[in-house]
Amino acid sequence: MPVDLVNALVLLANFVVVPAIAYGSQIALGALGVTLVYGILRFANFSHGDLMAFGTMVVILATWQLQSRGVSLGLLPTALLALPAGAAATIIVSLAADRTVFRFYRLKRSAPMVMSIASVGVMFVLNGVVRIIIGPDDRSFSDGARYLINAREFRSLTGLEEGLSVRVSQALTVAVAVVAVSALFWFLQRTRAGKAMRAYSDNEDLALLSGVEPDRVVRMTWIIAASLAATAGTLYGLDKSFQPFTYLQLLLPMFAAAIVGGIGQPLGAIAGGFLVAFSEIALTYPYRKFLRYLLPEELHPDGLAQLLSTDYKLSVSFVILVVVLLWRPTGLFRGRIA
Amino acid sequence: MRRSLLASAALAMMASAAHADMKVGVLMGFTGPIESLVPNIVAAAELAMKEATESGAFLGGKKVIPVRGDSTCVDAAAAQAAAERLITSDRVAAIMGADCSGVSIAVANNVAVPNGVVMVSPTATSPAITTLNDRGYFFRTCPSDARQGEVLAMVVTARGIKEIAVTYTNNDYGKGLADSFSNAFEAAGGKVALSAAHEDGKADYAAEVGALAATGVEHLAVFGYVDKGGKGIIQASLDAGAFDRFILADGMVGESLIQAIGEALDGSVATAPGSDSPNAKKFIAAAEKAGIKGDSPFAGEGYDAAALIILAAQAAGSTDRAAIQSKILEVSNAPGERIGPAELGKALELLAAGKAINYQGATDVELNGVGDSSSPYKEYEVREGKFTVVRIH
Repeated sequence: MPVDLVNALVLLANFVVVPAIAYGSQIALGALGVTLVYGILRFANFSHGDLMAFGTMVVILATWQLQSRGVSLGLLPTALLALPAGAAATIIVSLAADRTVFRFYRLKRSAPMVMSIASVGVMFVLNGVVRIIIGPDDRSFSDGARYLINAREFRSLTGLEEGLSVRVSQALTVAVAVVAVSALFWFLQRTRAGKAMRAYSDNEDLALLSGVEPDRVVRMTWIIAASLAATAGTLYGLDKSFQPFTYLQLLLPMFAAAIVGGIGQPLGAIAGGFLVAFSEIALTYPYRKFLRYLLPEELHPDGLAQLLSTDYKLSVSFVILVVVLLWRPTGLFRGRIA
Repeated sequence: MRRSLLASAALAMMASAAHADMKVGVLMGFTGPIESLVPNIVAAAELAMKEATESGAFLGGKKVIPVRGDSTCVDAAAAQAAAERLITSDRVAAIMGADCSGVSIAVANNVAVPNGVVMVSPTATSPAITTLNDRGYFFRTCPSDARQGEVLAMVVTARGIKEIAVTYTNNDYGKGLADSFSNAFEAAGGKVALSAAHEDGKADYAAEVGALAATGVEHLAVFGYVDKGGKGIIQASLDAGAFDRFILADGMVGESLIQAIGEALDGSVATAPGSDSPNAKKFIAAAEKAGIKGDSPFAGEGYDAAALIILAAQAAGSTDRAAIQSKILEVSNAPGERIGPAELGKALELLAAGKAINYQGATDVELNGVGDSSSPYKEYEVREGKFTVVRIH
């Protein structure tokens, strides 16, 4: 392969592919939680973003505790050790929210919209709790090695002009996402509880008649959604940075991902997550340098060759949402939890 | 009943006005994005007030009393409410503040100037303030970023950098500095490949850095805040291997940047107001005696802002708001005897005797006709993980 082509591909990998895969995994994990709650409990849970912030906050506090006692995982971030604590706290909070808020509406068989509005209330409360406990500021909790490969090392290793950097947090995000998703699918397909959840999602009344215990299904759903939320939030915080209000902003891409994939569809949520992440990053990346490697001199672009200014990054998921709802309202994958 | 109440209230007011001490508003961002910088600036300003009071020479033995208000640095409505309270309820003679450029402009336009109250800001550096329609009531002891842009352009050109990408925080401060730098740099023959704003408080700046990196230049100028987006931009640049040499302005000179990034910053350059003149050293020593970090950013400017208000009142012989305004330029500039920091007692006595003074203070204050200071800048280079002063401009 000509050197220019390799340089162009490395450039694209460094600025688009690697960041989008990591970001896509984070969105996918969040969207999975949203989609499960929608598929089984039948409402759009707007408090999911702040559930993520809450879980991450507990992980941060536990990480600080561990760090102050000198515990570390060497090259890996200590936050991994604290993750179970964060997940447990998030499970408790979401079960408490269900018991105090959502159960009331569920027993009354309220319309999904009513429950969604109630979840907005839960969102505000959680948001306030997080700010009271840890404050609104930027918190850093990553430690261990920062890079798997750093751009400078890559350049001197390969002799290429362009560098490729892969952070430990990015690799970790993908690895954890793969493990979490496989475990979830195994659970839904193979275990009795998972089958009960799918049955309940398919047809509530039929499931009840066949002896599925509704309280158990609801509890399992919250436990899974909360664990996913804490995991996704922690990975996002490790990879980027933790500020309570950024999790509220994640709500839009997560819902876009869930809806694009077909809401209620776990596989769709994952596909949607990557679609949203790649669109956000690829549409706002300026291709000037990339094109300069590939095109002959006289065709070199003068401008940045950027489709959208980076300021519009968040609006990309909004556009995807509108387009999907107009042309394929059921999403890419149709049906209920498969 | 009502009449007697009114009468006694009026009497009380007259009584307090008769041998009233002078109240000076201290309108700074005790909360908000520069809350870590403000305590030292305020302590320095209150040090000047204490010095004047203790000299016993201020208007025949009156006291100077600080009254604090929170400008929040970013919330113009909150800052205006605080200023309103200082002016109408506390009846301050003048205001030391506000701090950030945006709120300072808002307070000046909507509260202080319409009420005829002098503001002396130690930290509002936006070039937009130079052309503010302030009827001569707004002064600042910090230099305008119009000058910092020129100094930075000179520093960058002197290092042989021909082409540069610029990113700035999306507000009055960032935009003003980026514009003045770009103009000066291009006038000196340089080329600004891209000048793009960034928003503070994002979790991730990879996309912004991607756009800046697509220009293919080696150096990135970051005009932002050290605890906010500026740090995020630098971190993301290093992560992606996009840039490793940075040009920084005063908002980025802080220990927290070094703590977060470490030695990867080595070789980056920065500018911030300050000098190593004898007066600056004298101020640092005097501040240290009072338990204040005198070399922290804008502490000297804070001391000078308060001192100018006090000296102008002394020169006018009254704490009347308009009288103070008429004397600020007179006491800050030549002719007259030069007054350094910690010499307020001497200056007050000279003024009382009818002699002219030229206040130099901690930062060698020299105000031009529109109330801007032209004090010097320090050029820093990061060496072995430390901001080291290499030159004074």
